[in-house]
Amino acid sequence: MSPASPRQGRVGPLAAHPGESPRLDADALIDDPRTRIIVCCGSGGVGKTTTSAALALRAAERGRRVVVLTIDPARRLAQAMGIEELDNTPRPVAGVDDAAGGRLDAMMLDMKSTFDEVVLSQATPEKARAILENPFYVVLSTSFAGTQEYMAMEKLGQIHADAQERGTYDLIVVDTPPSRSALDFLDAPERLSSFLDGRFIRLMLAPAKAPARLMTAGLGLVTGALTKVLGAQVLTDLQTFVAALDTVFGGFRARAQRTYALLQAPGTAFVVVAAPEPDALREAAYFVERLNGDQMPLAGLVVNRASPEPRGRLSAEEATAAAERIGARTDAGPTGELTAGLLRLHADRMRSLAREAQLRARFTAAHPQVPTAVVPALASDVHDLRGLRRVGELLARG
Amino acid sequence: MSSDWPRVRLHVVTGKGGTGKTTVAASLALALASHGKNVLVCEVEGRQGLARMFDVDPLPYAETRIATGLRGPDGQRPGAVHALHIDPESALLEYLAMYYRLGRAGKALDRFGVIEFATTIAPGVRDVLLTGKVFEAVQRNSRNKGAVEYDAVVLDAPPTGRITQFLNVSDELAGLAKVGPIKSQADTMMTLFRSPRTAVHLVTVLEEMPVQETADGIEELRAAGLPVGGVVVNLVRPRDLPDEALAQAAAGRLDKEAVRADLDAVGVATTKTLVDGLAAEARDHAERRALEESQRALVDGLGVPTYELERLAGGVDLGGLYDLAATLRDQGLA
Repeated sequence: MSPASPRQGRVGPLAAHPGESPRLDADALIDDPRTRIIVCCGSGGVGKTTTSAALALRAAERGRRVVVLTIDPARRLAQAMGIEELDNTPRPVAGVDDAAGGRLDAMMLDMKSTFDEVVLSQATPEKARAILENPFYVVLSTSFAGTQEYMAMEKLGQIHADAQERGTYDLIVVDTPPSRSALDFLDAPERLSSFLDGRFIRLMLAPAKAPARLMTAGLGLVTGALTKVLGAQVLTDLQTFVAALDTVFGGFRARAQRTYALLQAPGTAFVVVAAPEPDALREAAYFVERLNGDQMPLAGLVVNRASPEPRGRLSAEEATAAAERIGARTDAGPTGELTAGLLRLHADRMRSLAREAQLRARFTAAHPQVPTAVVPALASDVHDLRGLRRVGELLARG
Repeated sequence: MSSDWPRVRLHVVTGKGGTGKTTVAASLALALASHGKNVLVCEVEGRQGLARMFDVDPLPYAETRIATGLRGPDGQRPGAVHALHIDPESALLEYLAMYYRLGRAGKALDRFGVIEFATTIAPGVRDVLLTGKVFEAVQRNSRNKGAVEYDAVVLDAPPTGRITQFLNVSDELAGLAKVGPIKSQADTMMTLFRSPRTAVHLVTVLEEMPVQETADGIEELRAAGLPVGGVVVNLVRPRDLPDEALAQAAAGRLDKEAVRADLDAVGVATTKTLVDGLAAEARDHAERRALEESQRALVDGLGVPTYELERLAGGVDLGGLYDLAATLRDQGLA
């Protein structure tokens, strides 16, 4: 079981405080040598990539030998980490403080070449070539819903096996693809294998194997309809593709299952990332449920880009009222406009805070056991190691 | 103010994830539905974002009336907004029934897993089905008995990174079918998508990655001959501080004494922490605003009309949607 697993329970003042979730201790998570894999997941646009890179950098600078697998980093962040090249191999990140004996490698996932590698490793050269050139394969490897997720898992499996064998890394941090839904990541292997196992694929394979027996009325109807809509050439292409792919099916399925098991193993920790927005938190809640259902170890929730807590105590209503009073004064000084502006800014921030607090409280009410870290929004974008370090600090502070 | 896009029947709304694509699509639909016009808003990604936005039950694969349009400034009777949730499986079955009268074979297709296959892996077929239904709604006329005719259709489309591929259906299909009924269907659809009756609007926020993606998206759309509409800049921070004050706040040179005096004068109990806190908030805000300004300059350089929507501190609810709709209409998007 992972160190920060909720099932371990928590004691102390936080546990007794109703309506408040336990704090996610990021440093305890990354410092624990039993933590081998951290998966950052969540819906699109919530800062998964930044969170995973910040966690990885922090772990490396605290002495772990880390590799971070990112999916779609901002261009400047990718440049800063030296991974703008898509060569599908982890590269050392320059500028990491190695005083504690750690290191950081990073790579950006190239889904097509990862898929190509799998095909090449599973089939004979001729068969592999036939597959790689088929138009259906091109679609499957570039735009099949779930391929990117599946390939992220595949790459994770590869790096993990490699790390086990050669002792290259002791911590792998994985960013997940910007899926429509956070759940796609968990469903991808299942989807791909059920597709490859699907009736239609078997149907396509059938004529090559036993043409006469299977030419039933139903099948005739189907092929007839397909030919009518798509044309005969398409069917032939498809049959060639499916027949060629058939030999590597077994391999695909076994690999997907292995990676899935890896995710359930002790040493893996899921970090669910969300923004303080209803949609993102709803996705996060689904994900938490799902991880529980699949017995996958959840480390906690990171709420990114939260409105920062203000220092002075002045409610939104008071601030708005004061701004209006200044506006109404005829003898307001030259700084009146400025002061009123400051008050309105403050009122906006207080309103955002109240709204975010309410959203978080709702999440906590439904999932009181999930440790949470709240990361306040930075005033500027993160695009270098300094920014990542800053995010890492805020994350650790929770 | 009159619309910048009077000839457009199909408004495609795209944008990077998290920029508020669905919010913009929904408010644009409300804005277009003033003056008694009928508007259909479609979603194609299975997210049921529209239902949540309008606070109604999950939408079926059937056009459902979900809201009354925005009332015009002249008090004219608004029209209605209908919504449609398009999923590829239903679209394929409908398509097969409509064009091929497949009947029994259609059911067999489903039983043999062909529907699932066609809608997930067959190159481009999924997109042709989704856009095909949108095309049908736009092209509908009095010959289609019993069906509602729409003055405008708004499509809550896939994100910027995928939009060109999504609309460029005939190229997408080329790898699959070079001839045949599906191909000619796709070609007919392309003539609409490439015509001035379509506009692809891009939603962005004033941050580095979304703006970059918007620029890339516009380039790709142009290269594919698809008509670029406007850029909707969403979630813009309120401009509460005058420019001069912004500069001072950024440099940490705000006149705190004067601020304190102003606050005292209106009866706010001031402390040093409060005044320092306000100055710190102003500094954060100034830094963000400076970043926004540099991104706004990039957006202005894109050479397309831009529209701006303010960040609503309380989040977007149904009332907020109408406010946003009014802003879009005032600025000429609708």
